[in-house]
This record gives sequence, C-alpha cells and structure tokens, in this order.
Amino acid sequence: MNNNEKGMSIIVKTVTRWIKGFIFLFGLSIVLFGHLTPGGGFPGGVIFAATFILITLAFGKEYVLKKIGKTLASELDSLGALLFLIIATLGIYFSGIFFSNFIEKTHPTGNFKLFSSGIIPLCNISIGMKVGSCLFMIFIIVSVVRVIFEDGKGKLITTEKKDKK
Amino acid sequence: MVNLPLFIIIPLGVAFFIPMVSRKFKWVPDILGNLTTFILLLLSLMTLNREYVYHIGGWRAPFGIVLVLDGLSCLLLIIINLISFMATLFSIEYIEKRFTSKLRYYSLFLLMVGGMNGTVLSGDLFNLFVFMEIASIASYALVGFGCGSSELEASFKYLVMGNVGSLFILYAIALIYGKTGSLNIADVARILKEIPYDNLIGFVFVLILTGFMIKAALVPFHSWLPDAHPSAPAPISAMLSGVVIKAIGVYVIIRIVYNLFGFNQIISNLIVYMGVISMIIGVTLALLQWDLKRLLAYSSISQIGYVFIGIGLGSPFGILGGLFHLFNHSLFKSLLFLDSGSIEYQTGTRDLNKMGLLYKKMPITSFSTLCGALSISGIPPFNGFWSKLIIILAAIKSGRPIVGLWIVIGSILGLSLFTKVLRYSIYGKGEKFEKEKWENLKEVPETMCIPLIILSILCIFTGLLLIGMENGIFGPVIDVLNGGVLKYINKIIGV
Repeated sequence: MNNNEKGMSIIVKTVTRWIKGFIFLFGLSIVLFGHLTPGGGFPGGVIFAATFILITLAFGKEYVLKKIGKTLASELDSLGALLFLIIATLGIYFSGIFFSNFIEKTHPTGNFKLFSSGIIPLCNISIGMKVGSCLFMIFIIVSVVRVIFEDGKGKLITTEKKDKK
Repeated sequence: MVNLPLFIIIPLGVAFFIPMVSRKFKWVPDILGNLTTFILLLLSLMTLNREYVYHIGGWRAPFGIVLVLDGLSCLLLIIINLISFMATLFSIEYIEKRFTSKLRYYSLFLLMVGGMNGTVLSGDLFNLFVFMEIASIASYALVGFGCGSSELEASFKYLVMGNVGSLFILYAIALIYGKTGSLNIADVARILKEIPYDNLIGFVFVLILTGFMIKAALVPFHSWLPDAHPSAPAPISAMLSGVVIKAIGVYVIIRIVYNLFGFNQIISNLIVYMGVISMIIGVTLALLQWDLKRLLAYSSISQIGYVFIGIGLGSPFGILGGLFHLFNHSLFKSLLFLDSGSIEYQTGTRDLNKMGLLYKKMPITSFSTLCGALSISGIPPFNGFWSKLIIILAAIKSGRPIVGLWIVIGSILGLSLFTKVLRYSIYGKGEKFEKEKWENLKEVPETMCIPLIILSILCIFTGLLLIGMENGIFGPVIDVLNGGVLKYINKIIGV
C-alpha cells in the first residue's frame, strides 16, 4: 500500500475505476424503468450517490470535491426538487389540476414501453437527481465538517479549506 | 377561487429556487423571502369563510390525495402566514447582523412554512405525516442555526424527541392502514364508525395522541421546548412558539379528536386535565427563570394548556375560547419573542438581571413588550383577556368550576411572571445592571420595528373579532368541530 497517495490501495482504485461506470448505468436504468419494473427515483438516486461515495472512499474526498464540488451538488439538489415541482405545476397549466398526468399515457405499440406512463418517468428522473445529489452531499458534509472547541465553546468548521492550503 | 396547492407550491418552489440564484445575487433571499410570505398572507386572507375540497391529480376522494379547506384550516392558514410574514420582515436586519448564511436561512424558513401549510390543508393521514416531517426537519435545522455548542445540543435534543414523536405517529398510521385499508381521514372515520370497537383502536388513539402531544409540548412531553425555543434565532423562536407547536401539534390533535375518532367524555377529561397540569407546571417553572427567552418558552407550555382546556371542554363555547386563545397566543407570544430578539440585538444579553430601564432608550420595543405582556397576562381590553374569560365561563357552564378556578390561579401566576419581566427589563433594573452599556443603547432599525408595531396593534384590537360570538368570524370553525365526524365525512366523500 502506497502511503504517500491519498485514498486506498491500488487494487481498490483499479476495481473502482472499472466498475464505477457500470454502477452508474445500473442506477440510470433503475430510474428510467421505474414505472415498469421494481425501483424508481429513490432507489436509483441512492445508487447514483453510491457511485460517488465509492469514488470518495477509494480516491479520497479531495479528488471528488475537485470534480464535482459542493456547490454543484447543492445546485443539482435544488434543481431536482424544482423540476419535480414544475412538472406537478404544469398539470395546472395543461388540465387545470395540480399533479395531473398531462402527457398521453399509452404507447401506440402497446404498454410496457419506456414512454407509456405520461409524466411518471420525468418525475422519477427529477427524484433520482434530488436523492442522488442529496445523499452525496450528506456524505461529504459528514466527512468534511468537524466540531472544534475554542475557549470551552464548540464550533462547527469545515476542514475543506484547510486541506487546500 | 384560491387554488389550494398554491399554499404548498409557492413556499416549496421559492425555497428550492433561493439556493440556486443567491450565490451570485446577495439581495435575492431577502426580497424573495418577504415577497413570498406576503403573497401567502394575501392568499390565506382570501380563503376566509370558504369551504373547498381539492382532488390532487383528479383522483376521487378515498383513492387519491385530497386537500381540504374548512373553517379550522382557514384559521390556521391565516395564523401561519401572518406570523411568518412578520418573522421574515424582522429577519432582514436581525439575520444580517447576528448570523451568516441568509440563503440557507430563508430556504429552511420557507420549507417550514410550506410544510405547515401542507399539514393544515391535508385531508390524508400519510400526507399529513410527510408535511409534518418537512416542517419538523426544517425546524430542527433552524434551531441549530447558530452552530454554537448550546444551539447544536438543543437542536439534537429537539431532533431526538421530535423523532420519537414522529415514530409513534408513523406506527399509529401504519396500524390504522392495517385495520381499515384507507388513509383518507374521512374514509378512515367512516370505516371506524362501521366496525365494532376493539383494543387496537384504543391503542392507536393513545399512540397518535402521545406523538402529537410531544410535538405540541404538553407537560410530560415538554422537555425539548425550553431548550429549543431559546436557542433558535428570535424570528424562528417566534415561529416555533407562535405557529409550529400549533400547526403540527394542537391542530392535528383537534382534527383527529373531533373529526376522526369522535369526541366523548373520557377524551374530554383526558385533554382537560392534561391542559390543567400543563398550564400550572409551565407557569411555575417559568417563574424560576432569569433567561428572558427561556422564560417565554416555559410560558408557551403554560399557554398551550389553556388552549387544550378550551378544546377539551367540548361545548361550542369552550371550542370558541380555545381556538380564540390559540389565535391570540400566536400573536402575543410571537410579539414577545420578537421583542426579546430586538432586546438581545441591542444589549447582547438575554439575562434579565443585566437589563434595565429600556423604556428610556428603546421606546418602541418597550411599548410592544408592554402590549404583549398585558395581553398574555389577561388584562382587559387586550385580546388575551377575552379568550381567557370565555374559557373560564365555558368551564363553569359545562359543570367544571374547579377547572375554572385553576385557570384563574394560572392567570394570576402568569400576571406575576410578566410583572417580573417588565420590572427587570423595561421599567426597573436588574442586580447586574451595566450602566456604560446602557448609555450607548439605540432603538432597533425600522424594518425590525414594523412587525412589532403591527403585532401590538393586532394584540389590542383582535378582541373585536369576538363580536357576534359563536355566529361571528369563528362560526365556521366551531361548525367544523361541533359537526363532529359525520359532517366531515359527508363533506369529503359525500356518503
């Protein structure tokens, strides 16, 4: 094991490099086919987050923070929630009812196709985005934030800036 | 016709929109936050005296999710959105000076408002739970917003206690679903009327009552409140004490007792005596405090006791008193918490011993504190007097003179409590009074004064709302509760 580098051993890093794409694709399929098979936005989002958590564990948090960053994750988080709300609100615009399914629900060549259930896949995608970035954020915050004691008073600080120096 | 989902869409949408733009534009959170709460206040005033059932997604009642607007939800909507507008107005200067991240503050604040609006509108048990959790989780984070050790400790305590309560509620909802196969409140009520009573239903009732009494901080379950309310920023304390414990605690208990399980003598006794215990113990503990905000927090426990007594009496007169006191308490308690915030903003202390003679330096704050204190201790013509009077009369009318006597004792203790506040902070001075600091004191900025003035005026004049008594502005609210289970079922699923 090489102690000079951050993160875990070369075996873990290599395996992670190979499988991270597959895990991400698996999450994507769980999200996209959520209305047809077991799964949906939430489990898919958890798998998205698991990809990034795996990378964090293998390569260290600096590597991930350089690639994604807390700001981007937080913005994706808000964007997911906003998209879900916008899809629900578009129902009022199209049919006058909040959350109504305004896209045609059947597919011309039969049900059980990818786009056969109206707005449900869109909702799943936004939930996947929200849950994935949110769980990743929680993991990063837990690994970055420390409580330090100054003059007998506890204080929350992030170790992120210290590491950059 | 007001579109009911707007009460949920607007705060949630703005809450998620603020973090996306505010990193570049620093002025966005203030403007958007205040504008949102103001629009919500106008919308909630438009719901006055309307009854409406909204089917989300176009699905009919027992199968889909419904939002129900009736007199009770309307009253709570007005309270929530009025106090949240006052709190956001107060926050502009207060958060600027004392705390750092405005975008997180407003984001969490609006999440909390959206959660509470959803809770009072929802006609579905599980949705009620989800919205309640949104409001609770946002408030856990807001209590620990200062990030000091005492704030974090209070927030953690609140989180643990709140989650125990939520767990009870979730378990009860699961048992209800197992028993009846439905989650719609009206449909569950209909099924519970048809099947014979068994012990499971009693167990569910106890679980759900315990869970929501933890949220409402009645006495055996109150231990989180005296830590959580003082630790939060002052506008959040005003929201927590004035609104949150009512919207996710008292409101749900009222709804469940009157419209789901049905009201009877045993429940009446239970709620009335819990209220009496809460009232006396709360005010007694408050008398011992020297921390201004902690004192106000204990006083909240005591005031919630009055509301429970009024509700528990079960007669229309009692319900009127209880709900009127709920409305009044949200006004004067949020006023007092905002006052404590502006005193802390200028003097930097919450210790009553270190304050003194504020009436010379901070006239508006002193005047509004005086208004709040006179209302809460029940001096005529302030609103607190009328609601307490009605509760006492209702207690005597429904054959419980002893309860009426306890309320009088509680009121006298409350009066002595607020005499202490006025004596040490405003008109007299404490033992550790710091003269040099006092010389440099100023009145708080204008944006902080406006909510204090508006709430003081409301405290003086809302006694007028009682004109017409049971047929007046509170008529529809009493109708909802007095109609009991059957009327509620008829309105929603039309059996």
